[in-house]
Amino acid sequence: MQLQILLQGVSWALNYTALRHPSFRQRLKEKEFVAQVKIKDGSVGRYYRFGKGRVMSTSGLHVSPDMTITFKNAALGVTLLRPPIDHTDFINAMKNFALQMEGEDEITQWFTDTISIMNTIRWDYGTDVGDGEMRYTNFTNGGPLFVYVKDGKIVRMTPIDLTDDDADSWTITARGKTFTPPRKTTINPHGLASKSVVYSSKRLLKPLKRVDFDPNGERNTQNRGKSGYEEISWDEALDITANEIKRVKREHGHGAIMNSHGSHHTWGNIGHYLSGQMRFMNAIGHTKMHLNPDSWEGWYWGGMHHYGNSMRNGAMEPYGQLQDCLDEAEMIVFWASDPESSSGSYASFEGTPRRHWARELGIKMVHIDPYCNHTANHIGGKWIPVVPGTSPAMAHALAHVWMTEGLYDQDYVETRTTGFDKYRAYVMGDEDGVPKSPEWQESETGVAPHTVRALAREWGNKKTYLAAGGKGTTFGGANRSATGAQWARAMICLMAMQGLGKPGINFGNLQCGAPIDYEFYFPGYAEGGFSGDLTGTASPIQLYQRQPHLLSMNSVTQQIPRLRIPEALMDGETSGYPTDARSLEGQFMGFKYPSPGHSRVRMMYKYGGSHFGTTMESNRLAQAYQTEGLEFVVNQSIWNEGEVPFADIVLPACTNFERWDIGEWGAAGGYSQHNQTMLNHRLIGIQHKCIEPLGESRSDYQIFTDLLKRLGLSAYFTEGATELDWCKAQFEASDLPKQISWKKFLRKGYYVVPAEKEENRPPPGFRWYAEGRKKDVPEPAPLPSEYGEKYLEGLQTQSGKIEFEAQSLKRFGQDPERPPVNKYIPSWEGRQTSELYEKYPLQLLTPHPRYSFHTQSDGKDGILNDIEDHRVLVDGYYYWVARINPADAAARGIQHHDLIRMHNDRGSVICAAQVTARIMQGVVHSAESSAEYDPIGEPGKSPDRGGCVNVLTPKRHMTEKTTGSAPNSCLINIELWTGQLEAAS
Amino acid sequence: MSKWHLIIDVALCHNCSNCFIACKDEHVGNDYPGYAASQPLHGHSWIEIGQRERGQAPMVDTAYLPKTCNQCADAPCTKIGEGAVHQRDDGIVIIDPVKAKGKKEIVASCPYGAIWWNEEEQLPQKWIFDAHLLDRGWKEPRCAQVCPTGAIKAEKISDADMQKRAEAENLKVLSPEFGTAPRIHYRNLHRFTHNFLGGTVIGDVDGRNECLEGVTAEVRQKGSVVGEARTDAFGEFKVEKLPSEEGEYQVSLALEGYVTSEISVTLDQSRYLGELKLAR
Repeated sequence: MQLQILLQGVSWALNYTALRHPSFRQRLKEKEFVAQVKIKDGSVGRYYRFGKGRVMSTSGLHVSPDMTITFKNAALGVTLLRPPIDHTDFINAMKNFALQMEGEDEITQWFTDTISIMNTIRWDYGTDVGDGEMRYTNFTNGGPLFVYVKDGKIVRMTPIDLTDDDADSWTITARGKTFTPPRKTTINPHGLASKSVVYSSKRLLKPLKRVDFDPNGERNTQNRGKSGYEEISWDEALDITANEIKRVKREHGHGAIMNSHGSHHTWGNIGHYLSGQMRFMNAIGHTKMHLNPDSWEGWYWGGMHHYGNSMRNGAMEPYGQLQDCLDEAEMIVFWASDPESSSGSYASFEGTPRRHWARELGIKMVHIDPYCNHTANHIGGKWIPVVPGTSPAMAHALAHVWMTEGLYDQDYVETRTTGFDKYRAYVMGDEDGVPKSPEWQESETGVAPHTVRALAREWGNKKTYLAAGGKGTTFGGANRSATGAQWARAMICLMAMQGLGKPGINFGNLQCGAPIDYEFYFPGYAEGGFSGDLTGTASPIQLYQRQPHLLSMNSVTQQIPRLRIPEALMDGETSGYPTDARSLEGQFMGFKYPSPGHSRVRMMYKYGGSHFGTTMESNRLAQAYQTEGLEFVVNQSIWNEGEVPFADIVLPACTNFERWDIGEWGAAGGYSQHNQTMLNHRLIGIQHKCIEPLGESRSDYQIFTDLLKRLGLSAYFTEGATELDWCKAQFEASDLPKQISWKKFLRKGYYVVPAEKEENRPPPGFRWYAEGRKKDVPEPAPLPSEYGEKYLEGLQTQSGKIEFEAQSLKRFGQDPERPPVNKYIPSWEGRQTSELYEKYPLQLLTPHPRYSFHTQSDGKDGILNDIEDHRVLVDGYYYWVARINPADAAARGIQHHDLIRMHNDRGSVICAAQVTARIMQGVVHSAESSAEYDPIGEPGKSPDRGGCVNVLTPKRHMTEKTTGSAPNSCLINIELWTGQLEAAS
Repeated sequence: MSKWHLIIDVALCHNCSNCFIACKDEHVGNDYPGYAASQPLHGHSWIEIGQRERGQAPMVDTAYLPKTCNQCADAPCTKIGEGAVHQRDDGIVIIDPVKAKGKKEIVASCPYGAIWWNEEEQLPQKWIFDAHLLDRGWKEPRCAQVCPTGAIKAEKISDADMQKRAEAENLKVLSPEFGTAPRIHYRNLHRFTHNFLGGTVIGDVDGRNECLEGVTAEVRQKGSVVGEARTDAFGEFKVEKLPSEEGEYQVSLALEGYVTSEISVTLDQSRYLGELKLAR
């Protein structure tokens, strides 16, 4: 009886909603069909006739309904239909086949969407700010934004000024001074430029088909990147793509479809590639692109073997270092560390005021970098230019001075480390007769011995923070080179000599370690949104238990290393070493492509066009796309750039401003657990759908759903939920409902998590270790089995201590380029490779760009083009900037803003020269990640004027037994570009 | 009567360009009738960041200088164009997007080059201090809100109070010789306009070169001391605020136990003198 009433209630509710909301009334006119709801034995049932803007329902069973929902019994029906509805009950009923839905996906998906819209259409969101404008919230990779919208168009985007309604900010008292951050959010240039890329002339607004691609005839794969496109309908694009998915699986078998994507996405937990895209790809089965840890290379392949931290890919614990540094440190050594440019990833300019405080407190600064980077220029201090790739030699020389002059923490070395005698023997030259003295390193590094001694004495006599990499606790251009593992290892060994974890002695650059609340839970994007992917995301740690949703699992185990996609496609085989954060040893387990019994890749499902900008020796990609064996390429992208013109079918996606999402500023999860440590305020927000998708573009979620309708998998994919429903699911999975109602959250747009009170703030990383206590920082790592003896005691290394002689590398024993004791091995491409150096006498550094984020917000006819330090307008074209030293420029007759051709045997790139003394002589500095790939002739074989400097960088791995990228080991030459092709390669 | 002023700290600007981007974000694609017509997507920099690099490796720096319409109290642009340009009571200068159509002479009237010509609309255009937003109750212009370093601050105070503050805090305006009474003041402008002289001092200690700390570096011009600094642990000294005009300078480097060294230099730009060795 109860079920009958509820079933009747459904049609009342639908009709009532149609009466109140014209758009819903309109929706109810879209389809005419009969939906049957019943219990399995047929004793209770009601069917609904849709069409003409209203719903007629009749008790009983229809003879030929278009769709049927069946509950096992009436009790279950009541449970699932009577509010409040627990989605867990739905999931359990589906998994046990107690709830089933039959019918064509086109109908069933429309039906579940309609029910969902009925429930959410009344929700009020955003703030009316007058003058016809609504204010919404959204996020970017560079910070949160208010988005002002008028007449369906974005007017402006601004950072968020916090109000009295928001939680108080934290304060830190250090050396008698009190510091508190500004009450507003900060934003990176790439985030602030968002409006200009939303309305970019390079937006894809209609589905496209390559003109000479015929899925039923000639595919002309050799013309990818060359032939033009014609607009086609969504139905045609989706049909072709879905048919190709079916065809390649049928014709070639397991593993024939490959998925490839950038390492980042537009911000938001639901729309992220680790969410919907993983769920979609898992649903169809795919050869996975195996991501190398390209932000952490040296730390992962090298550093962690000395001190553990594998779950962070070798990064240091990032907790209470802000307070400790301001309280105790006397000096900060920035080594390959430019947080003012890289923002530690997603943290905007949150660390900037803290570095001002450090300056105010008189903390000295030193910057070791071939480029006088923006942090060095802004905060000041001693700049030590070092020849790229030689930093490890300088580090050994620092150790030499400390050993010689007794300037290290002998007690710490004695009690908290192992293998020091072996390292000492190497440094002092006992084993090879070569003391690694300041004099020894000079010919490598170009740094005068007296400068090294001065630094060693300052460091050895002062409590010093080592800012290694942009985050201070990891990353850094030096870790992405042939000597990257050596460098990260050296950084850890140096800190071990100084007493890592003791007051004032730690890793950090004031970027990490803010006293925020680390216990308040909101999922980071790497937890996978609604992916349900328990192995490919960090979902199982917390999110899977908190947010009821179906799991997804890729049945294909075949993988291709990201850096070897071209070889896999062109040669049909390749191999790699994995990113496995579970242990120190997982990385030793090499894998091969193709896997036994698997198909080679015949279809590429690519998201976006970033890889020309981000793959070493990237002209390979152009050739790989043109191979005949790659029968079909579909690219789902927001902008027409990079690899997109190499696809057969292009599916236009919309930005996060045109769909619903939810997220937390800077929150990554996974390898970057507690990444919000860099923020001054934890800020969690709904990402309002600010405007309708432009043109015919669709959200990723919609595109995946539309494709899966053709494969009978749409209900599995969506679980009957819309993107907005998933946003609410994330909200409910988090700690937010205890603090703010969904209603208020939707209206206001965000919630600021109160700062941690002083007595609850976590200690600095490794303080527990330095003091011989149990681990007491709030991270669920390492895994329990990784402790040698007792849980929470000691490090992940075999000895449980910092190992100067790394036992994991010793056990592996197969990599002469990574000996157990860190030793200086010159780069395989650099000033020491004399033959090549003679031909190409300039070293190319390719750090992250300062204004764009990877390829995001670069190019696209956006407003970042007009920033002279980003791109320079020459003869009507916006060229990427390359920084060269005045002496190198003069020797080649190059003037400021001249066009230059940078070249080596791998290719050439045309850039605009910025002549500056801030880059040391013999080195060229030009950021990677250009979004534009614009070969002036044959793709893959002619100079690129878009600015993809990775065309020049080597594909060679850091060491033979790693799959680590090493773009910063690169030799080139440059010449004035005259526009003449004949000399160009 | 209080007026809107900006105070920009040159030492705090690190060229993130957010002020430039915010101005584009605000005006590209948006018409604000009575305030400004929309800005072209490319080509215009109503807020522009100048840069000047000083010195040589490893003692080198770049100063960044955000420049825009100075909202001058005595603005030349308001005097031409037959009423197309007016100054509001709060000091903000507005080029009327209707009345100014076709009046290219307004562009040339600005000695600071802060007015841009919109070819398509045939309009002179410039930064309007976000008057349209302030009129709606916003507390500061967007360039100040988006500045992550605190380099740009907006103040609504009387010209007289601003003057007092400028004197007390050593704030300068750009090119005061134009005589237009600009309402943008700069802190640490010497970073952009003046030169430095620096070097690294080393000496023989136990048979090896070492950086010498505590060396007094005195810079004199025509006999009078114009600057002094002491070397740090790396032996480096840097004497700031030397005038930008070419000049002859004498540098003496003195440390007990070493022979004082005297160096003559001609300075037409900032210079790092390199490693200077003191004899025992």
